[in-house]
Amino acid sequence: MSAIAPPATAETAPPTPNYSEYKVVPARQPWRWVGTVLVAAGVAAIAWSLVTNPRWEWGVVAEWFTAQSVVNGLIETLKLTAISGVLGFVLGFILALMRLSSSPLLVSVSWTFSWIFRSTPLLVQLLLWYNLGYLYEKISLGIPFTDVRFFEAQTTTLISQFAAAVLGLTLNQAAYSAEIIRGGILSVDQGQLEAASALGIPAWKRSTRIVLPQAMRAILPNAFNEIIGLVKGTSIVYVLAYSELFYTVQVIYNRTQQVLPLLLVATLWYVVITSVLSIFQYYIERHFSKGALRTLPLTPLQRARKFFTTHVAASPTKDAR
Amino acid sequence: MSIIAARKDSAAAAKVAEEKQAPASAASPANTTTAQPASVNRPATRGQVDITNVRKSFGTTEVLKGVSLSVPPGGVAVIVGPSGSGKSTLLRTINHLEKVDGGYITIDGELVGYEVRGNKLHELREKDILKQRTHIGMVFQSFNLFPHLTALENVIEAPIVAQKRSKAEARKRGLELLDRVGLKDRADAYPRQLSGGQQQRVAIARALALDPKILLFDEPTSALDPELVNEVLDVIRELAKSGTTLIVVTHEMGFARDVADTVVFMDQGQIVESGTPQDIFANPREERTRSFFSKVIEPAFNI
Repeated sequence: MSAIAPPATAETAPPTPNYSEYKVVPARQPWRWVGTVLVAAGVAAIAWSLVTNPRWEWGVVAEWFTAQSVVNGLIETLKLTAISGVLGFVLGFILALMRLSSSPLLVSVSWTFSWIFRSTPLLVQLLLWYNLGYLYEKISLGIPFTDVRFFEAQTTTLISQFAAAVLGLTLNQAAYSAEIIRGGILSVDQGQLEAASALGIPAWKRSTRIVLPQAMRAILPNAFNEIIGLVKGTSIVYVLAYSELFYTVQVIYNRTQQVLPLLLVATLWYVVITSVLSIFQYYIERHFSKGALRTLPLTPLQRARKFFTTHVAASPTKDAR
Repeated sequence: MSIIAARKDSAAAAKVAEEKQAPASAASPANTTTAQPASVNRPATRGQVDITNVRKSFGTTEVLKGVSLSVPPGGVAVIVGPSGSGKSTLLRTINHLEKVDGGYITIDGELVGYEVRGNKLHELREKDILKQRTHIGMVFQSFNLFPHLTALENVIEAPIVAQKRSKAEARKRGLELLDRVGLKDRADAYPRQLSGGQQQRVAIARALALDPKILLFDEPTSALDPELVNEVLDVIRELAKSGTTLIVVTHEMGFARDVADTVVFMDQGQIVESGTPQDIFANPREERTRSFFSKVIEPAFNI
């Protein structure tokens, strides 16, 4: 009968083909393409409106972008950021070490510092420092309860707008960075400290040479967050009529009434600063990741170079074949 | 509580030496006549450790209940016992990583962590404790290498920072030490690029870099894959012959039998018994010792 299949072929499994020579077809991701098109359309629409809407007044933006007064304001902003950033983190490091020390006094001083400066608005702190002369007319250094004075000055002459700004920003920054650094230090394994003390390495060197370099990996992302926040945070100093970037553009638009274009000028500069800082962040983080990764990934520049040497340079030889 | 006088008189030393050489020279029995102590190639004059009635509690748990132990210069003491018996804590009191609650420890007659003034013991300041620690090397179960420094940088960190040696001198000595543990060619590798066994060998080189009188090993092979254990034990075996006093906490019973002058069995914060490997492994006096060894030593391996 024709319905009976030959039993021999049904029982022996067909020989496995050699798959190693088959071509691999990647899985299709159609929705990814749909998404890409939608995002691209959205970006294009925004770009189009930015270019074609005359009310953005790009001409005015370009005119003021590199104006002397704006550049001066920019320099002041950078100065404030750099000084209060550095001083804030140095003070924050000391506060973090105090908080982690075994002395109850240092712990409570550090805790109280962070508590006060994190619970008062920066605006209030700045105004308080600037108006310190109202509370204390003179600042002097001497032996208490005697007439001996080594140094004495009017508070208002000591605390200029700049000094008040640096003081306010630094102390505020220190309170936040202390917690960031403390978090970083806590992330380092206790065994590291133990090994270092077993080797007779003094406490200060243990902190700076063993713990801190390892803590940096945890500290850096948050620290750059803070610094980038600080760049824009300096704009709050306008309450002291200190002529940093934001106060400068305010003064200009109050005169010219070109409010939005001038705010754009300030914004674009903040974008530039943040971008530069982000590049720094990338390379500094890379530096501190040595030893943490078995092999460092390539930098974008190295990747680009590799792409061009392998693809662009390689294609002619391919053609030649 | 037991006070063990493990100080070697010459007869005992010769006996230990014979026992040590026995497995190696089994093929040529004529050689056994050399009664030179195998553990002492250069005369050991420093590194006497005396632990007297040491007590230590964590909260309400007493982990050391009056422990006394003496290790002579150049001696090799191996501490074994169940986990939680206080072995590691005892080791950590020797370099004052743990402060003792009672009793005292001396190294070459000098009190660890304290100073005698009048009839009082004054706690030493951090600086002086650190100085004492440079005479005591320590190797940890979890290596604790500094991951941001290369192998060589790990080894030379303490000589440069704690002993203020010149960088060139420290590097030269560091490379010698890495060579000694068989890792000269990996001097520039970071710890994460090394295997566990290699990391522990770097850690041993790091401990040796301060030229310590005493080396403490806290379960040096417990975190290693079985096939990597021997490369570390071989390095420690070499050290046992160098005249440095070694105190080793381990679960490697075969190693203890080969290398130790004195095997110390601890349980529940006390030294149950101690003696030569022969005494402890072959003829334990205490029931607790016997029952512990019956659990940890697999008869198939005939240790």
